[in-house]
Amino acid sequence: MKYIEEYRKTDLQKNLVKKIHKISKKLKKNIILMEVCGTHTVSIGRFGIRSLMPENIKLISGPGCPVCVTPTSYIDKAILLSKMKDVILATFGDMLRVPGSFSSLEKEKANGSKIFVFYSPYDALKLAEENLDKIVVFLSIGFETTTPLIAETIKIAKEKNIKNFFILCGSKLIPPIMEFLSQDKEIEIDGFICPGHVSVIIGANSYKFIPDKYKIPCVISGFEPVDILFSIYLILKSLINDRPKVINEYKRVVRDNGNIIAQQVLYSVFEPSDSEWRGIGNVKNSGLRLREEYKEFDIEEKIKINIGEVKEKKSCFCGEILKGKKIPFDCPLFEKICNPSNPVGPCMVSFEGTCSTYYKYERR
Amino acid sequence: MCLAIPMKVEKIMGDFAIVSIGKNKRKVNISFIGKLKKGDYVIVHAGFAIEKLSKTDADETLKIIEQLK
Ligand code: SF4
Repeated sequence: MKYIEEYRKTDLQKNLVKKIHKISKKLKKNIILMEVCGTHTVSIGRFGIRSLMPENIKLISGPGCPVCVTPTSYIDKAILLSKMKDVILATFGDMLRVPGSFSSLEKEKANGSKIFVFYSPYDALKLAEENLDKIVVFLSIGFETTTPLIAETIKIAKEKNIKNFFILCGSKLIPPIMEFLSQDKEIEIDGFICPGHVSVIIGANSYKFIPDKYKIPCVISGFEPVDILFSIYLILKSLINDRPKVINEYKRVVRDNGNIIAQQVLYSVFEPSDSEWRGIGNVKNSGLRLREEYKEFDIEEKIKINIGEVKEKKSCFCGEILKGKKIPFDCPLFEKICNPSNPVGPCMVSFEGTCSTYYKYERR
Repeated sequence: MCLAIPMKVEKIMGDFAIVSIGKNKRKVNISFIGKLKKGDYVIVHAGFAIEKLSKTDADETLKIIEQLK
C-alpha cells in the first residue's frame, strides 16, 4: 500500500520515541496533549503510542468522535421520527446503537421501524427518489469532513426538485469546541493534535487563532504511527522553544487553506449556529443549520418533533471523558458492566469512541 | 468515520471516479477535487474524494523524519 508502509517503518518509530524521550527532559512541567479526532484516538490505541510516552507527557482524547458528541435529545428525536408511519430513517451505521433516553435506533429497527444504514448521504437521496410516497430523513451528524458531502447531496436534491428528502440537523464544527476547551482552566491543554480530515476541508490556517490567542501549539497529524510520533516531537519542540504555532505534519493531504470547493459547497447550504454537545452543553456557533434557501430540507421545519423529557444516564462518564477530564479507567462501569457488546454510553458504542478504544487496546 | 488510506484513481467518469485499494474497487464522487488523473491518490470519505495526495509532500516529510537520525 502506497504511503502507508513508509509511515509505519519500525526503525523510524523507534528513533522518534528516543527523540521524544530526550527532548521531554527539557520540559519544565508535565504536559497534556489532546487529540481531537476519533481516527487519531484509534491509531494511538492501536499502535500503543500512549505506552511509549515518557512519564511527563500525557495523551488525552477530546470530543473527536461525531457519534459520541451527539446529544441524547437528538437520538430521541431520531427515534420518534423512525416510529412515524411514512418516514424512512437513513443513517451512518455507528448511530444505531447509541442510547437515547429510553431506546436506541437498533432496538426500534428490531421492532419494525424503517431504518436504513448508508455509507454515503448520496445513497440516502437515491432511496428517496425510489420511494416517492415516503419521507426519507437522513441523520446529518459529523464534523467539517462529513457536512460538505451532505451539503452537496442537498444541492443535488434541490436541483432535481426532490421533495421527500430531509435531514435532521446535528452537524458540528471543530475550531469552536477547541476554543471552548482552550478556555477551560480545569484541563489546561498544552498542545492539540488537530483532526486530520477535518483539516483537509478547513485548512491548517483555521487553527491559527489558538496559538495566537491561547498560546497552545497545534499540530495537524497524519494517522500512521510515524506521523503521530513525529507530530508529538514537533509539538514538544515548539513548547520548549516557547514558540506556539500551527504545524502541518500532514502536508501530503492538508493544504494551508483547505479544500476551497468543499468549503464553498458547505457554506452555501449551511451556516453556523449554536449547538449542543453531549456532556458538554451548548457551545456558541459550534454547529451548523440550513440556510434560509435550503430550510425546506430541514425535517424540523416540516414536522414538529416533541420528545418530552430527556433522560441522561447518570452513571456514565462520557461527558467528562469527551472534555478530557476523565479517562475510561476512572469509570466504575468500564469493563465490568459497560463493554462493546453491552455499551452504556456512546463512547463505548462507537468504533472511534474513547471507551471502546481503551477496551480494545489499553486494558490493564 | 474517516478512512485514512489513500486510494488510487483507476478511471474518471465525469463527476465520478473508480478508485482502488488492493483488489477492492469503489465508485466515488470527485466533484470536490480540481484536476485529477489516472494514477493519482485520493483520500475518500463517505463516498466522496475529499483531497488529492501530494506525492512530493509525502516524500519530503518522510525525508525530514529520516534525517532526524
Ligand atoms: S465505560 Fe461506559 S459507562 Fe463508563 S464512561 Fe465509558 S461509555 Fe460511559
